[in-house]
Amino acid sequence: MSASIPAVRRPFSWRQPSVLPGFGPTLAVTLLWLTLIVLGPLAVMLWFAAGMGWSGFWGVISTPRVLGDLRVSLTTAFGASLVNVFFGLIVAWVLTRYDFPFRRVADALVDLPFALPTAVAGIALSTLYAPDGWIGSLLTPLGIQIAFQPAGIVVAMMFISLPFIVRTVQPVIEDLEAEQEEAAHLMGATPAQIFLRISLPAILPSLLTGFALAFARCLGEYGSIIFIAGNKPMISEIVPLLIVARLDQFDYQGATAIGVLMLAVSFLLLLTINLLQAWVRRRHGQ
Amino acid sequence: MTNVLTRRAALALSAGAGAAALSGTAALADANALLNVSYDPTAQLYADYDKVFAAYWAKKTGTTPVLHYSHGGSGAQARAVIEGLAADVVTLALAYDIDSIAKRGLIAPDWQSRLPDNSTPYTSTIVFLVRKGNPKNIKDWDDLVKPGVQIVAPNPKTSGGARWNVLAAWAYALKKTGSEDGAKAYLKAFFANVPVLDTGAHGSTLTFTQRGIGDVLVGWESDAFLSIKQAGTGSYEIVVPSISILCEPPVAVVDKNVDKHGTRALATAYLEYLYAPEGQDVIGRNFYRPRDPAAVAKYGHQFPAVNLTTVQAFGGWAKVQPEFFGEGGLLDQAYGQSGAAFFGGS
Amino acid sequence: MASRFLLIVTAMAFMAVFLLLPLISVFAEALSAGLGAYASAIVDPNVQSAIWLTLIIAAITVPANLIFGVCASWCIARFKFWGRDLLITLIDLPFSISPVVAGLLEVLLFGLNGLLGNWLSDHNIQIIFALPGMVLATIFVTFPFVAREVIPLAQEQGNDEEEAAVTLGASGLQIFWRVSLPKLRWGLFYGVLLCNARAMGEFGAVSVVSGKVFGETDTLSLAVESLYGSYEIQAAFAVASLLAMLALVTLVLKAVLEWLHRDELNAVKRKRTA
Repeated sequence: MSASIPAVRRPFSWRQPSVLPGFGPTLAVTLLWLTLIVLGPLAVMLWFAAGMGWSGFWGVISTPRVLGDLRVSLTTAFGASLVNVFFGLIVAWVLTRYDFPFRRVADALVDLPFALPTAVAGIALSTLYAPDGWIGSLLTPLGIQIAFQPAGIVVAMMFISLPFIVRTVQPVIEDLEAEQEEAAHLMGATPAQIFLRISLPAILPSLLTGFALAFARCLGEYGSIIFIAGNKPMISEIVPLLIVARLDQFDYQGATAIGVLMLAVSFLLLLTINLLQAWVRRRHGQ
Repeated sequence: MTNVLTRRAALALSAGAGAAALSGTAALADANALLNVSYDPTAQLYADYDKVFAAYWAKKTGTTPVLHYSHGGSGAQARAVIEGLAADVVTLALAYDIDSIAKRGLIAPDWQSRLPDNSTPYTSTIVFLVRKGNPKNIKDWDDLVKPGVQIVAPNPKTSGGARWNVLAAWAYALKKTGSEDGAKAYLKAFFANVPVLDTGAHGSTLTFTQRGIGDVLVGWESDAFLSIKQAGTGSYEIVVPSISILCEPPVAVVDKNVDKHGTRALATAYLEYLYAPEGQDVIGRNFYRPRDPAAVAKYGHQFPAVNLTTVQAFGGWAKVQPEFFGEGGLLDQAYGQSGAAFFGGS
Repeated sequence: MASRFLLIVTAMAFMAVFLLLPLISVFAEALSAGLGAYASAIVDPNVQSAIWLTLIIAAITVPANLIFGVCASWCIARFKFWGRDLLITLIDLPFSISPVVAGLLEVLLFGLNGLLGNWLSDHNIQIIFALPGMVLATIFVTFPFVAREVIPLAQEQGNDEEEAAVTLGASGLQIFWRVSLPKLRWGLFYGVLLCNARAMGEFGAVSVVSGKVFGETDTLSLAVESLYGSYEIQAAFAVASLLAMLALVTLVLKAVLEWLHRDELNAVKRKRTA
């Protein structure tokens, strides 16, 4: 008869034991670098903002110029992202589903806004859409002015955010199961019906994620936009420019308050994106 | 094996880069390099002058100097120098901005008497620049505040030119309305017609010329001439108001920095050469009003006659800056509560 | 197949107008005054300084973030621990922060009225308006680029080979050099490529901390802005064309990498977007 073996209670360990070495040092380096470069400076900014007090902070944020510029940033980002959802979906679909000459080149070109420095994009777009530019001169007789108007901001934002949508949606389109679509086709559905009722619902979550990523990028963008924007306060001035204007006047407090506002908005968006992605994961049963 | 090589190469490269970076920053301390921190519209002037001065210095000493410049709104530049921008000389839009650097101990307090004419080798004034044909028929300060007129002018909190603008406008309004309240009302109407405030005078010029915003640009005479030269005669017109102000942008050596860099001789010569005939010639051909009689004879004809007041009539910059542009000053009062919000910060 | 044709034409027309045209205009404007003017704009000493400064900043930033990315991938991908997901999110933070805010952070730390301002001024150390500030701002902005390519890849590859190496008696460094690194090298290269492109092209963050002294503290992007603002449009585009060529090289290398290793990298993409 064997004595009963007491159950071994493993003490709580914050990490799973592993045979691999090097955890300590690499984690230390990672945390140290992260704190020095990212978390430390962010903490300093929040500390500065806290030093203003709630009334000071609110005093800066609630001025007509800040609120007006925030409205400009939000509406142009929303408009640009929305248009890009439509066209981005078409581009992603075409690149994934069809084959045609130069398809590979077009596919690589989608990443251009990722790789091209923002100042270069900025002056190119500004020159292109100015009243005497290649595109601007075509539109001026029609009475449409793009450069130095909010429309110019939207165009610039469309340029820089397109890849976010296309690259988010492409893998999902690739993964779409052919069987469902073929079955629907056999049952007599038109291509449009197949798309709307089978493909689109499957793509929708990633479209939303792409939209949120594009939106977030548009809000924070600076270099591509300032050359083409009119920079008229409350009409065609974006929030990042407002921060720079405050810094030019060495108004650290004002700049900090607006910076914290932008952080808060980015954080909310990040949260939304993460929740969206979690939802997508649940839907796909991963 | 390639991975090890890549990693080693990367480490070596970054070490090399670090060394290069250190030596790069050391270059700024080289006795033969000079940084001129200037106000916004002087890019062409100092690009031209630097070539002339470099040739002169090379001939005189045998070494070619390395000359750099930085441009921005005068007030913003002054603050940058205080914050640590390593200027050897400052050539700003008004004496107060250089005084604010002197107050921080970077420049000797008697800087203004070290060079002739109160350290101002050139002068300018404030004029209006309008589009071809002057469609809004702008003749004087009164026409600026009419409804529907869009004025392009920089932000007085950062730009020197903008502060000269305000003083000139104030001189007119005070004479016309006879009261301080009348002048304040004028200022308020003036800025109500300004759709966008750039940090510096050159920014405003670009907004007017390149972006096509506004009906009239109020600013430096030198910049107005330059815009016409760049765009071609006939594209813009200069309108001289009934009264304007004599703008005296001064220059100074930044004592603390030149002693640290060992560039005092170069910096002093750089500023003194502005008064020499060759320097004054550069000044005249870049549309700044020179001091030297020979240059005046040669270039005087290109400048319009203007009825000028001076900052001395206002009591000097030491009095004017806080009174007009300080927190709660006449500018803020003219603009009401929304002043600080519009102009932003202190 | 009319609808198919229409879709393709729409997509390509959209891309041509919004993506291709700006790219072409850069080169067209740069060469608008002829090859001679183009060459003299590039050879200008101030532009040469800007090129040198851009290279120096990238040469410091990329290795720094590379080492970080490698360390992060080791502890995050190979081990499970409490707070791991939080760590990943924190590492991704700079990706969602505006570059202007990144510059602002540096100013708040090192500017005269900032946290360390007085101490730095007393000791005559210049961070803002000088190279160190610009390097720090660039490091911040490109911080996650290598890590976010390598971590999912390492996770995808699993620990089996590393654990086998342990049983065979290899030390930590040996496992890393001889087992992990060869597997990861394409992901590393990919991350370095993106990190480098961003480091060389960064504008917003360095614009805030740079002294904007053309010829001294201007990178290529800042030089573009400086020239454009001085009415020297053709020269501005000439400098911009250098950056555009860098972008094209980056895109080509990226496409080649993705094609050669599509299986591995696709798994990474799916993990990230799903």
